[in-house]
Amino acid sequence: MIKVEGIHKSFGDVRALRGISFDAPDGKVTGLLGPNGAGKSTTLRILYTVLRPDEGSASIDGNNVVESSLDARRCTGALPHGAGLYPHLTARENIAYFASLCGIERNNIEERVDSIVDLLEIRDFADRRTKGFSQGQRTKVALARALVHDPQNVILDEPSNGLDVMATRSLRELILKLKDTGRCVLFSSHVMQEVAALCDDIVIIADGQVAIDDSADGIREQTGCDDLEDAFVAAIQTVKPE
Amino acid sequence: MIKTVFTVFAKEVIDNIRDRRTLASALLMGPLFGPLLFAFVINLSIERSLSDVEITLQLPVIGAQHAPNLVRYLQSRNMEIVDAPEGREAAIEGVRTGVYDVVVIIPEAYGEQMADAMPAKVELISDRANTTADREARRVRKVLYAYSQELAAIRLSARGVSALVLRPLNIDDIDVSTPSGRSGILLGMMSYFFIFAMLMGGMYLAIDTTAGERERGSLEPLLALPVTRDRLILGKIIATCLFMALSLMLSLVSFFFALKFMPLQQLGMTPNFGPDVVVAAFFLLSPFILLGAAVMTLVASFTKSYKEAQTWLSVVLLAPTLPILVVSLLTLRPRLEFMFVPSLSQHLLLIDMVKNEPVNVQHVAISVTSTLILGALLTWLCARLYRREGLLG
Repeated sequence: MIKVEGIHKSFGDVRALRGISFDAPDGKVTGLLGPNGAGKSTTLRILYTVLRPDEGSASIDGNNVVESSLDARRCTGALPHGAGLYPHLTARENIAYFASLCGIERNNIEERVDSIVDLLEIRDFADRRTKGFSQGQRTKVALARALVHDPQNVILDEPSNGLDVMATRSLRELILKLKDTGRCVLFSSHVMQEVAALCDDIVIIADGQVAIDDSADGIREQTGCDDLEDAFVAAIQTVKPE
Repeated sequence: MIKTVFTVFAKEVIDNIRDRRTLASALLMGPLFGPLLFAFVINLSIERSLSDVEITLQLPVIGAQHAPNLVRYLQSRNMEIVDAPEGREAAIEGVRTGVYDVVVIIPEAYGEQMADAMPAKVELISDRANTTADREARRVRKVLYAYSQELAAIRLSARGVSALVLRPLNIDDIDVSTPSGRSGILLGMMSYFFIFAMLMGGMYLAIDTTAGERERGSLEPLLALPVTRDRLILGKIIATCLFMALSLMLSLVSFFFALKFMPLQQLGMTPNFGPDVVVAAFFLLSPFILLGAAVMTLVASFTKSYKEAQTWLSVVLLAPTLPILVVSLLTLRPRLEFMFVPSLSQHLLLIDMVKNEPVNVQHVAISVTSTLILGALLTWLCARLYRREGLLG
């Protein structure tokens, strides 16, 4: 369960976020949708605690991301945008390193890594060093790494970037699997169709503000557009730039 | 706490052992660079000092037939008279263009002037701007002076005057330096090699901690884990220290063996560099490891990319030479306050050890503690900076 309440964030003179609020409940997939530079990554970075909000607050399973950031991270698996691997380690070692850092007992690490390797279907290349992996392989390993401690909340920043059709499809299946086990999944994208196909709730943000927060059908209704793409464009135009 | 730090440490060690570049710079570059350069310099100076006595000098003499005695004298001083250029002009031109190092001209009038006991003219053509040629010229000049002195003495005796008249002063030059002491001068640069090798060993790890992880995109996932950043940076700095210690150890050992193959005795040097000194030097220099690791990590954390970090760290590699250089140029003796300056204190103490002079225990204590405290402070600063948002670039 992720709660975001009125967060602001500036980088120098640039006001990246101007009061973002939304909820991402358990057992649902929430999509953060917006054009480039809308503030999607900044919002997610605040949620996985590498950035601090200037104003407002956010919490994950009740843990404030500033005051109890360690606890917030403990119940979160994050896949940052363009997440990189350690090229000299094998895929399995990459995952095991994160498992160990997450505090999983030494004896359980192997078992845990094995199960996540199966979940993401990466057994074929799990024992190869990750140098020279394709984008799809890299994303899968990075995702496995983020999920190795079995987090209740999953935050994915543009996970489908650079993936081919097959990889996108298996990612979609994985997200639905996570949802079915009662996880809270929050992911960002700039592709309307992808979000519409997966998400129970869609938060459209533009210029650092929430333009609309509703289900796909609700968005169609609110904007009066049948086509989701038109709805998206209509929604982001409701936000007035500074 | 310890478990997390160890996890990071173990991963960094494995990761970097598999990285050929890191391994080469830690275990090859640093430890080999010093001894090789050192061997080169030593051999060069041995060659130079030997050339004075042992190598036969090829000396072109114009008009050798006019002074058979002088020629014989030159030959007896390990000089071989070789064919000279035709005439004085050609000789000057030859020396100027570097064909000849030095040419001696004995004019026709030599015999006559000698017989009249008048100063007999001998010309020595050399180029003082040319250092190698000038060394040869100096050698010839010295022999000519000696011959001149010898003749003067004979002439005085022939006139019933003691040759001692020509020596109003009896200069006795007493050199108090011991063979170990003389080594100190040349081995002074040794301490920098060790510090250099040490820093090289950890350089890539220090870059990897921030700039490297960031460039690879692995920093953000790492920071999103439920681990405090202090533990991450601590594990990384300890791994950096391990590689630096390894590099330092290897360079000490390689120096130990390299010195065995250097004919230092010929230069009148016997450096005190046995196995016990190797061990002592390691402990003397090791406080610098933490300091070096912290400084390199600190500098790398401000850079935007791997390349930029490399550039800045090569400056850091040179920084420890500065205090050493200043003190060497001013030839200052070890003093209490110098012991508070890292790299300088290690340098001075190491030189004392190599010179086989008693090492001041108080100095060692100050050097070790002050360097360690500074290292710990900078490590703490690294950890502070690792917490800032700007780290993500």
